[in-house]
Amino acid sequence: MLRYLLNKIALLIPTLVGITICAFAFVRLLPGDPILAMAGEHGVAPARYEELKQQFGYNLPIWEQYARYVGEVATGDFGVSISSKRPVLEEFKTLFPATLELSFFAMVFAMLLGIPAGIVAAVKRGSWFDQSLMGTALVGYSMPIFWWGLLLIIFFSGYLGWTPVSGRIGLQFFFKPITGFMTIDTLIYGKWDAFRSALSHLVLPAIVLGTIPLAVIARQTRSAMLEVLGEDYVRTARAKGLSGARVIGVHALRNALIPVVTTIGLQVGTLLAGAILTETIFAWPGIGKWMVDSIFKRDYVVVQSGLLLIALIVMAVNLIVDVLYAVINPRIRAA
Amino acid sequence: MKKTMTFAAALLAASVLSGMASAKTLVYCSEASPANFDPGTTTGGNDFDASSRTVYSRLVEFKHGGTEIEPGLADKWEISDDGLVYTFHLHPGVKFQTTDYFKPTRDLNADDVVFSFDRQFNKENPWNGDKYLPNLTWDYYTGMDMPKYVAKWEKVDDLTVKLTLTEPNAPMLANLGMDFASIVSKEYADQLQKDGKMADFSTKPIGTGPFQFVDYQLDAVIRYAANPDYFKGKEKIDDLVFAITPDATARIQKVLAGECDVAPYPNPADIATIKANKDVTLMDQAGLNIGYMSYNTTIPPLDKPEVRHALNQAIDREALIKSLFQDAGATPAENLIPPTMWSWDKDVKTDAYNPDEAKKVLEAAGLKEIQLWAADRVRPYNPNFQRAAELIQADWAKVGVKANIVNYEWTKYREEGKKKDRPGAFQIGWTGDNGDPDNFFATLFACSAIGVSNYSSWCDKDFEDLIQKAKKTSDQAERTKLYEQAQVIFAKEAPAFLLAHSQVYAVVRNNVSGFKMDPLGIHRFDGVDKAE
Repeated sequence: MLRYLLNKIALLIPTLVGITICAFAFVRLLPGDPILAMAGEHGVAPARYEELKQQFGYNLPIWEQYARYVGEVATGDFGVSISSKRPVLEEFKTLFPATLELSFFAMVFAMLLGIPAGIVAAVKRGSWFDQSLMGTALVGYSMPIFWWGLLLIIFFSGYLGWTPVSGRIGLQFFFKPITGFMTIDTLIYGKWDAFRSALSHLVLPAIVLGTIPLAVIARQTRSAMLEVLGEDYVRTARAKGLSGARVIGVHALRNALIPVVTTIGLQVGTLLAGAILTETIFAWPGIGKWMVDSIFKRDYVVVQSGLLLIALIVMAVNLIVDVLYAVINPRIRAA
Repeated sequence: MKKTMTFAAALLAASVLSGMASAKTLVYCSEASPANFDPGTTTGGNDFDASSRTVYSRLVEFKHGGTEIEPGLADKWEISDDGLVYTFHLHPGVKFQTTDYFKPTRDLNADDVVFSFDRQFNKENPWNGDKYLPNLTWDYYTGMDMPKYVAKWEKVDDLTVKLTLTEPNAPMLANLGMDFASIVSKEYADQLQKDGKMADFSTKPIGTGPFQFVDYQLDAVIRYAANPDYFKGKEKIDDLVFAITPDATARIQKVLAGECDVAPYPNPADIATIKANKDVTLMDQAGLNIGYMSYNTTIPPLDKPEVRHALNQAIDREALIKSLFQDAGATPAENLIPPTMWSWDKDVKTDAYNPDEAKKVLEAAGLKEIQLWAADRVRPYNPNFQRAAELIQADWAKVGVKANIVNYEWTKYREEGKKKDRPGAFQIGWTGDNGDPDNFFATLFACSAIGVSNYSSWCDKDFEDLIQKAKKTSDQAERTKLYEQAQVIFAKEAPAFLLAHSQVYAVVRNNVSGFKMDPLGIHRFDGVDKAE
């Protein structure tokens, strides 16, 4: 097990180096000069331009800029935002709980709906339910997030008035964050109306962000269930005279869930990518919106460090999933 | 222990602030997060809405909803006959805001004024560089050429400040009404420096403006309270909240749902929906902007005014504006400056649509091909450069000129476009900073702006003499005459095709009164009230 773990960690090192190179190169390949972007429409006189280039270190050879960057990152220094002048890590820590909270609820939504739907579709294979569920899942998977989000806002918030349009909590509630998770903080303060407000603000963005994972989970659960239902031990269970519910719920589902757990783990990347759009539409103060803003501002420092931090999180989650998978399924360790 | 303390403080804050619900609260759905709250260090309109126009005041102010200068922290001022010395007399008894992070011990005085400017250019000032914030660039101070014109700021006595210039510069007064010229507290700065917390100056602002800062939740909500000591009298709304909502459609839905009271910049596509709603009003105003297309006047055959006129005449401007701005609308531009600005000459007209005449001239000049530039960005004065380019391309094709469209990303676009040897026609525009005509004429078409923001590389001696003279003259009537003559020359020489001045919009709920559209693109909440 230890060897398996060390192997996995060793594999992360080249990935990490690759990511720093990609993040560094990517922002520099973006057309547009950060100094001109800062100056706005006024433009900047050539002499002042050179002065600023020097101040920001953009006059150094590219490899030297990269070496500097890696050196800083290695010591935990993720730099200071060009536009806000605040440390990138500090901004990340402030904003990340919002993204995490939204992703968590999106995932809960996707699992609560996706797993049961997948099971029923598998059990009633070929039925109208199965057909329409798989059709809907395909639509959900292909849904453009931006369009889907605005559609829900216009219908549920604008037309029906059931949910708030955007934001994390009603503006009448104002308190210093403790954990950064609205649903937890409101409970710590013991404010039920604030808690309800936070939950109601989560409904639409969680649905929008959870739509793609929902489709993936439903399909994955269905195919895993189908495979398991054909196994000998399920037939044996049925032959023993166990009830249908028990056979499916205990014998089949537990085994079918193994690949589903992996799928869920792998959805973390999808969630973080989806958060970029979802947060922008719903004015959700998380890291997705932060990245978009920074790309528009050509804030090199935030973009490259933000990419790196997000990649680190995805890698960590994948590592945990790998380990969990090995724990659940001993065959993996040997392989 | 520390955690318990924070927790207790938070509980206290929560219990104190839950009493806010009964107070009169105005919610503004702003379009973006402010970079920080120090207006000297930022450049965006949304930065200024959140800092300079709420928390701070200036020596002079723009009239609410206009560009005329009126007294601010300075009750009155004198300008010496040679136009070199400005003496400002400060309003006595102006208090800086008292908050939980700063308690002022003295009133505003000349030291604060001198410090507010000194920190922006004096490299010896500890607040000028890295000790305060990393990589400070003071973009507006340098962008408005202040280092060139300001010789020194001096304290005469506690309530008198003297500004000496290196040469006469009439727009200086308007510059001092701009956001970067906000007056900050030297006492607060000194205290933070002593405590080793200089960066707080940009995140916990202290000013003399109508609202004082309460809290900012990063990228989400900014809270202000009315400044009880405001020297022009306490505001009618008790609490001002900025709910940061970047998506334009979501912003409008929030106003319609009553989640906010005022929201800027609706999508043109939503304008019909807004107009149909009985609870809200769509406010609009011709913006202080111009969309235009610069010809490089140094490269033949574009060096000949008749060729430039012919290219202008070949464009069906009315159809172009309609197609670009749609329901949002725009005012066709006759001059470089918009009609809301003083010195605008109503008798000057730009080229009328006349493709037949254009064809003759262009054939005679032998112009067969031209580069036509388009950027990838939406700007207030041109919502779609690419579409504009395609329509102009079609119009020019009709008169026998083949236009090749050149595309670049926005910052690269301007970088390439300002080069002296850039060929062809370059679409660009401008939004005014201070309501002074000099900010349009000299910034965009002075000889010294070639290679910076004079995209036509146009240097006309007569025009240059007029605008330089106007810059040095302090009498506005005299300046108006000079700018009128400059407009005549501009129309005759046609260094650019003038497109339009776009409308600026905001959506306001009907129970809000006193909100005014601002030609400078600023959103102000002083003087605003709300009926419950």
